[in-house]
Amino acid sequence: MERYGYASSERLDLTFAALADPTRRAILARLATGEATVTELAEPFEMSQPAISKHLKVLERAGLISMDVDAQRRPRKLEPKRLEEAVDWIERYREIFEQNYQRLDALLEELQAKPSKRKRSRKSR
Amino acid sequence: MPKPAEVTLPSDREVRVTRTFNAPRQLVWDAHNKPDLVRKWQGYDGWDMPVCDMDVRVGGKYKWQWRSREDGKQFGFFGTFTEVNVPSKLVHDQYYDPGDMDFAMPAADPCIVSLELSEKNGVTTLVCNMTFASKEAREDAVSTGMTDGMEHSYTRLDDMLEVAE
Repeated sequence: MERYGYASSERLDLTFAALADPTRRAILARLATGEATVTELAEPFEMSQPAISKHLKVLERAGLISMDVDAQRRPRKLEPKRLEEAVDWIERYREIFEQNYQRLDALLEELQAKPSKRKRSRKSR
Repeated sequence: MPKPAEVTLPSDREVRVTRTFNAPRQLVWDAHNKPDLVRKWQGYDGWDMPVCDMDVRVGGKYKWQWRSREDGKQFGFFGTFTEVNVPSKLVHDQYYDPGDMDFAMPAADPCIVSLELSEKNGVTTLVCNMTFASKEAREDAVSTGMTDGMEHSYTRLDDMLEVAE
């Protein structure tokens, strides 16, 4: 498994910076339904095509989307792998805590059962 | 069972974990402050906690160390309590002590950990907010080697559940 060293840390920075903007997130949501051209992507936003293109560049640099250079309309499409990597990182945090907290759940249950001092304790729920 | 922990990123240096517990706040507080209780849940599968010293008062220090059951390697955290408000808020800084682990985290930069507990209808909500020195430190914190050791099952939890039931 890949270690989350500095190289990938820089990549995560790019990914999170790209995701920090609502317009760019909307673009990703649109691309999640299928590829689209710059014109199509600009339509739902009150933004010029150059402004949209700027956002697309940020997303491209972060590896979140790619452009099909061969096709004449140059459609953009989603690159799900990079997004997964970002989610993965948060998921790792969640796992570390969740494993601890499940042990804490058990401990709390044990502590609350204790006052009865009986081996055979009833379930409280 | 309570809902699984929720993780959000309030800023680019923070991680916030929210979780509920089916227990009164005082008990959740105790479980975070009494070394005998802390030892029982805080850590990682396959690791024991031979050192758990906590002087819970403003300016008081704490030291946590874990030891791998597999190879005896140790690592830990240490720091100072900066805010103690029984039973609702606990704030401390946290330095990483790599011990004999072969991964390095910038030990000079502490993380600020803030724990807040609130209770409603016998259910306690815990919000743990960690503020790191930098974005890099935030990302490195998950790369500490113990995550490898944690891919294990929930055997310890199962054991404890059996005892409790």
